[in-house]
Amino acid sequence: MDVFFYIAGFVAIVSTIMAISGRNAIHSLLYLILSLLAISVIFYLLSAPFIAALEVIIYAGAIMVLFIFVTMMLNIGIERETEKKWLRPRMWIIPTILAAILLANLIFAIKSVPATRTINEAILPKQVGISLFSTYLLAVEIAAILLMAGVIGAYHLGSQKKKVKHRFLESK
Amino acid sequence: MLTVPVEIQILFAGIIFFLGLIGLLVRRNMIFMLMSIEIMFNAAGLVFIIAGTHWKQPDGQVMFIFILAVTAVEVSIALAMILLVYHHFKTLDSDAINNLKDTN
Repeated sequence: MDVFFYIAGFVAIVSTIMAISGRNAIHSLLYLILSLLAISVIFYLLSAPFIAALEVIIYAGAIMVLFIFVTMMLNIGIERETEKKWLRPRMWIIPTILAAILLANLIFAIKSVPATRTINEAILPKQVGISLFSTYLLAVEIAAILLMAGVIGAYHLGSQKKKVKHRFLESK
Repeated sequence: MLTVPVEIQILFAGIIFFLGLIGLLVRRNMIFMLMSIEIMFNAAGLVFIIAGTHWKQPDGQVMFIFILAVTAVEVSIALAMILLVYHHFKTLDSDAINNLKDTN
């Protein structure tokens, strides 16, 4: 089973690198979908089959389709001049070094705690559901309020406002 | 059964997170910045799942579901704002949106 973890992890890392370094937005989004699918495989291997299904359905299915629709509506590809000017290989050096320092910090923190043994048992959706609707019931309701606020906000931002101008300003 | 040590799993999630961080720092296109934020959210959820599996508790998966809800809200609002910005400025470059600075 371990080899599947390493294969999926390799695919996820490589496709994430391709996603953040690509020029074309659609290509990057497709690489990002591939990365999410690879991470979904890892969720399955981590004995969380319910979350693996949710990752495919909601992340790769819904959120990424939203991204792709917006990218298609914006018709990008015409304007990439500033980005082209900024996206030289030299620009990657300092952020990469800083992130690598943080990653080294994380590795050091992991190394400093004693190793523990993981015994994998599948956590079934039933347990997740029971926990979700008993212990975390209040958080579920707060998430519902958040989703409602998101719907209202997206509607408000997306609605085309009628321009109201005074006739003296109109001629200007 | 998976016998990969939990340190390697956390390390993998950290690599994904820092790739998203690099993307957020380097890219100036707002679509790419939002994608990088998605990558970082996903890596954080991965850490929750790893911890939940490690301690054999369903709480990690519950937290991932909450992260999923937050991500969905964040993406829909942010994409609506990106559409507005594009209609107003005719560009997706985040450097172009500095109108609070009095340039002209």
